[in-house]
Amino acid sequence: MTEAVAQPDGAVRSTGQRGDRLATGFLVLPGVIWLAILFLAPLVIIGVISVGSLDASGRVTLANPSLANYLEALNPEFLPALGRSLYYAGVTTVLSLGIGYPVAYWISRYGGRRKILLLVLVMLPFWTSYLIRTYAWMIILRDNGVVNSLLRSVGLIDDPIRILNTDISVILGMTYGFLPFAILPLFVSIDRLDFSLVQAARDLYASGRGAFLHVTLPLTMPGIVAAGLLTFIPALGDYVTPDILGGAETTTIANIVQVIFTSGRDWPYGSALGFLLMAVTIAGTLLALRSLRREVVGAPA
Amino acid sequence: MLAAEPHTDPQGSRTERLAGSQPEIGLDSLTKRFGDVVAVDDVSLAIGAGEFFSLLGPSGCGKTTTLRMIGGFDLPTSGRIELRGRDVTLDPPDKRPVNMVFQSYALFPHLDVAGNIAFGLKRRGVDGAEIRRRTGEILEKVRLPGYERRRTHELSGGQQQRIALARALVNEPHVLLLDEPLGALDLKLRKNLQLELKRIQKDVGITFVYVTHDQEEALTMSDRIAVMSHGRIEQVGTPEDLYDRPRTPFVADFIGTTNLLSGTVVEVRDGTAIIKLDSGDTCAAGAHECVPGRQVQLSVRPESIRLDRADGTGAGRPTEAAAGLRGAIEQVAYLGSAVQYHVRTEGGQAVSVLASRNGPRFEPGDDVVLAWSPTDALVLGDRPAELEESA
Repeated sequence: MTEAVAQPDGAVRSTGQRGDRLATGFLVLPGVIWLAILFLAPLVIIGVISVGSLDASGRVTLANPSLANYLEALNPEFLPALGRSLYYAGVTTVLSLGIGYPVAYWISRYGGRRKILLLVLVMLPFWTSYLIRTYAWMIILRDNGVVNSLLRSVGLIDDPIRILNTDISVILGMTYGFLPFAILPLFVSIDRLDFSLVQAARDLYASGRGAFLHVTLPLTMPGIVAAGLLTFIPALGDYVTPDILGGAETTTIANIVQVIFTSGRDWPYGSALGFLLMAVTIAGTLLALRSLRREVVGAPA
Repeated sequence: MLAAEPHTDPQGSRTERLAGSQPEIGLDSLTKRFGDVVAVDDVSLAIGAGEFFSLLGPSGCGKTTTLRMIGGFDLPTSGRIELRGRDVTLDPPDKRPVNMVFQSYALFPHLDVAGNIAFGLKRRGVDGAEIRRRTGEILEKVRLPGYERRRTHELSGGQQQRIALARALVNEPHVLLLDEPLGALDLKLRKNLQLELKRIQKDVGITFVYVTHDQEEALTMSDRIAVMSHGRIEQVGTPEDLYDRPRTPFVADFIGTTNLLSGTVVEVRDGTAIIKLDSGDTCAAGAHECVPGRQVQLSVRPESIRLDRADGTGAGRPTEAAAGLRGAIEQVAYLGSAVQYHVRTEGGQAVSVLASRNGPRFEPGDDVVLAWSPTDALVLGDRPAELEESA
């Protein structure tokens, strides 16, 4: 990744530095404005609100800005929910990588002319709203849903198995939802792998497994880390899936933030909690990226 | 272009003698089909221990597929592969005592030079101290000592090529397979590395099987060469064999350059055949395998042809009547060390002639007589081998 960027960049610098830099700045401008309005501004607003408080009539006021909300947000009562969030996001990430890697590998190696079609199929679910798809899972998983009806009709079970409102239904829903985010970066890194390197490993006395462990895996590690982040981060902040497919015992930290914002109507408190969650996520991301930098070679800074 | 009749024993008896009783590699009726395409068609070969053996041919002739089957990267559709007498036809690459130098080098970008070289040794459980010793040793051999900690992407193309070679050789394989390893390098470097490869091969004494489409490269380095075309072996022989005694028009044309003339044998006398070319010209050729009335194809090397002025004034030497063809110079090209003439004979046959730059000079339009010794005009046939052997 870095390599591909570094080369044209170097070439640019050698030709006409100032003019090109100006042109580059101009081209980047729309993107910067877009990010500023749609990403940075809300973040700033939440940041500001998070140091505010509620007045007597329940409106947000910045009369006495303080970090009280943050101190309150560090409430140990939230730890189980945070733990569940990490657990769901972690398991979802592992499952997405575990399922996504073979799928991406297969598409890359054996997709042939149908590669693009297969990738489109991977993304096909995005054509429908995530909310609707999650409700569909509810219909499939509930006690008198598709799965239980089927099992009962063939006589495998007499009483419905409880799937909905459990850890299993939440993890299933999340994995289903975030799998495409894992497959795409995995596909890119596997597709870029020079297969003669794998053959070279086989030639140098590595078994199929050995070639995978010592060549394929380390060389596709950037894709694995990217896929992991793209799955883990949204999964950590997901409140729709645990809300619809889960129950009282599956409340995540994102659910709590949601409740504080909506029924609790305490925006300053919710903002502070949201910011803390974001801090945790960013710290985790940086750690992952650092380990990636150690992993990726051939990219001189 | 090719005769319909297959070569039943392409390597010939000469091979058997060179290869000894137990060949290092034995290919028996090896065939590979990709769908409807026959990439390798009934190839049989015996390659001797310590030989520098080249598979030479144009792209798509099946040389790389043959190499990949020896390495275990492609499985043959039919036929057998033996290494030192052991049948390895269906063994995966890691179970064969051969190593490969890939065209792209295929150096592992996530490992440094030492890591690349140690890869094979580690997989076979060689201990750390031994790996370090052998890595140092092999780096000496490829003349890159002290390069252990270098990153592969920091190396030049020639250096990467040497590391690829070292990575394969350090395992002391029975056979080293090389797939156009110099293809990506510029001409000058390629020339140097040709000699270097040859030196290393002599030094380690390992059998090299070398795939190339560059006939000059094959001639420079090889002990023996198999010329391939359309998945088949055209001829196997030493570089001299192939150049001086090509058995098929394809080989004559592919190894060096030649004039291919088709005609009919008119008469044979005293080991010389008089041939009437399709163009109507008459010339002389070596008589082997010639019977009056037979359709033949002649190969005459451009440098074997002598040019004289048609009026006899030039060199002052009369041309040998039997070999004389009249013609006119059409084009002259100065090649530096030699002069190339394009001559059109009276009958309309185009002939290329390579003359020394010190000889008489001709201009376009000059009338000339082309002459060659009958032994320099080879009659190419299906199987002149038996005649050659008995001669």
